Amino acid sequence: MAVLVDSGTRLAVAGITGREGSFHTLNNRTYGTNVVGGVTPGKGGQDVEGIPVFNSWAECAEASQPNAAMIFVPPRFAADSILEAAAAGVALVVAITEGIPAHDELRVYNTLKRDFPGTTLIGPNCPGVLSPGKANIGIIPASFFKPGNVGVVSRSGTLTYQIGNEIAQRGFGNSSIVGIGGDPVPGSSFVDIIALFEADPETELIVLSGEIGGSAEEEAADYIAEHVTKPVIGYIAGFTAPPGKQMGHAGAIVSGSSGTAAAKAEALEAKGVRVGRTPTEVAEIAVQILGG
Amino acid sequence: MDLLEYQGKQLFARHGLDVSDGRAVTTVEDAVAAANELGYPVVVKAQVLIGGRGKAGGVKLASNEDEAREHATNILGLDIRGHIVHELWIEKASDIADEYYASILLDRSAKAPLLMFSKEGGIDIEEVAANTPEKLVRHHIDALDGLSREEALKIAEQGGVEADLTDGVADILVSLYEVWTQEDATLTEINPLIVTPDRKVKALDAKVTLDNNALYRHPENAELKVHGEEDPQEAKAAEHGLQYVALDGDIGILGNGAGLVMSTLDVVAQAGGSPANFLDAGGGSDAETIKQGVEVILGNPKVKAVLFNIFGGITRCDEVANGLIAAFAEINPTVPFVVRLDGTNDVQGRELLEQAALPNVHPAKTMNEAAEKVVALAKEQS
Repeated sequence: MAVLVDSGTRLAVAGITGREGSFHTLNNRTYGTNVVGGVTPGKGGQDVEGIPVFNSWAECAEASQPNAAMIFVPPRFAADSILEAAAAGVALVVAITEGIPAHDELRVYNTLKRDFPGTTLIGPNCPGVLSPGKANIGIIPASFFKPGNVGVVSRSGTLTYQIGNEIAQRGFGNSSIVGIGGDPVPGSSFVDIIALFEADPETELIVLSGEIGGSAEEEAADYIAEHVTKPVIGYIAGFTAPPGKQMGHAGAIVSGSSGTAAAKAEALEAKGVRVGRTPTEVAEIAVQILGG
Repeated sequence: MDLLEYQGKQLFARHGLDVSDGRAVTTVEDAVAAANELGYPVVVKAQVLIGGRGKAGGVKLASNEDEAREHATNILGLDIRGHIVHELWIEKASDIADEYYASILLDRSAKAPLLMFSKEGGIDIEEVAANTPEKLVRHHIDALDGLSREEALKIAEQGGVEADLTDGVADILVSLYEVWTQEDATLTEINPLIVTPDRKVKALDAKVTLDNNALYRHPENAELKVHGEEDPQEAKAAEHGLQYVALDGDIGILGNGAGLVMSTLDVVAQAGGSPANFLDAGGGSDAETIKQGVEVILGNPKVKAVLFNIFGGITRCDEVANGLIAAFAEINPTVPFVVRLDGTNDVQGRELLEQAALPNVHPAKTMNEAAEKVVALAKEQS
């Protein structure tokens, strides 16, 4: 078991013929992910190293029956590509694209909720989902991770690698690593992914890596207190971030007095979640809990 | 991207919202000329991207030319909590019978636009929300269906607006939502929204934040960037496509990935240091990007030491090392560097640095060790 992606994943990729899209698609395939197709309007009938390319998600879905989509198209086309994949019946959409307008994300989120409730969106502006030893969708460097029982959910890519690597160096592996992305309107929140980890028998410990901006960490704290029996370790980045400044990610901004790292860490600790002050401390707490 | 008051008002006017006639000026002479042209009384308003302008002496009423000159002279160059006034908005003064509040923002938690309206305007709305929440109407707009006029009328009624004004307030709310959607705003706020003695509703202030990611749809808005307000290093970094935020410490920071860089700042602060900047060189950054990053960091004269914290995923550590070597060849920095390279091609990266034997470059094995080293080196320099 793992969450979201595993050996049953059948992946198709929008933007497969682009430089980045083809590079990461082939990386994912090399890792063992079953890649069944790609979508690039106007390039239907071509192939990328044997992976058939279709003009639309509808054609791709009919011919290849993907159950997962990866979105690698430029920001201005990404919203429509996500919705087309959902309309074609794809159950999981992972959007890597960074820079999608917030209003497009609002439209996508609310349209999925109203018209395509069977589709789960991860991202946008995320590194993807990796279930070590099973399948990888996205740009997470899989070689640093091995199978195990720690589930990681994070708003940041490289910070996830840092924390995951520190845990791996201490001898532990991961059930799944889920990057939910750094944008203001993510398709899936901490709560959604933590619920999956809680239900996943392989996951014994959950690591939540958050950052400044919004209130997703506070909502996760409330959810954990009420619904989660497994131990959860938190980490929050951005204690030194000044208010009103966007720290790289579109969603990483302290607005007035809300969305600060201190408030998030306090909210988690108030609900009994242990919060590591550095990535190293997160790994050390993980070792204590798992009995290393 | 935050807009100045007058830029926000110009957007408002484009969508049919009633605003006062005014002129944006940058000199005392132009201010006086604008005031004379508009006719007295006028209001002289500092144009800076920070609230509390009135309290800081940045908003003054002038009833004749002498007063207009005096106020313009005093306000231009004024430092309002770190924001120097380079521009004034000279506006025809309005008679005010009442002050309301209206705003639309992106509620990230509800994943919907949140419209807020109150008859208690002109003051900090967070105080109204905290002390008299019953006086603040909070209404989530359906992001797919939008805001209907009937809905807007109901909000006005719910807020206790008198019968003869509900139409005027509803029109404003509908137009405000039009600005929000059609201009790709993440915040549109009017505080105060005034009622004039002849019972008209009008925007006396404007606070607008536009989504940077949507500026490609609005080339005319992209030109509104407020240049005088920008930190020079931030402007230079933006030209190179680097994500840079100026901070007030003395340790320059470069990393890859927003989360890791934020975390690096925190770890440096915990080690007793003070970061001079946030710089995300991005995923997959090549040698050239790294070189530009070093130039931007060292452009800040306060920097006494620099920390490179790289965990390579798509980013290759050998590329980072080559970038640093290239930067040293060109710039010849005088401050010490601490470099931590982990992840993709880390062994090659460390070897390259060792062979290059750059002066005053110190390798570190872990993020914590790197932070402690750079803090110690910065202290030695002072």
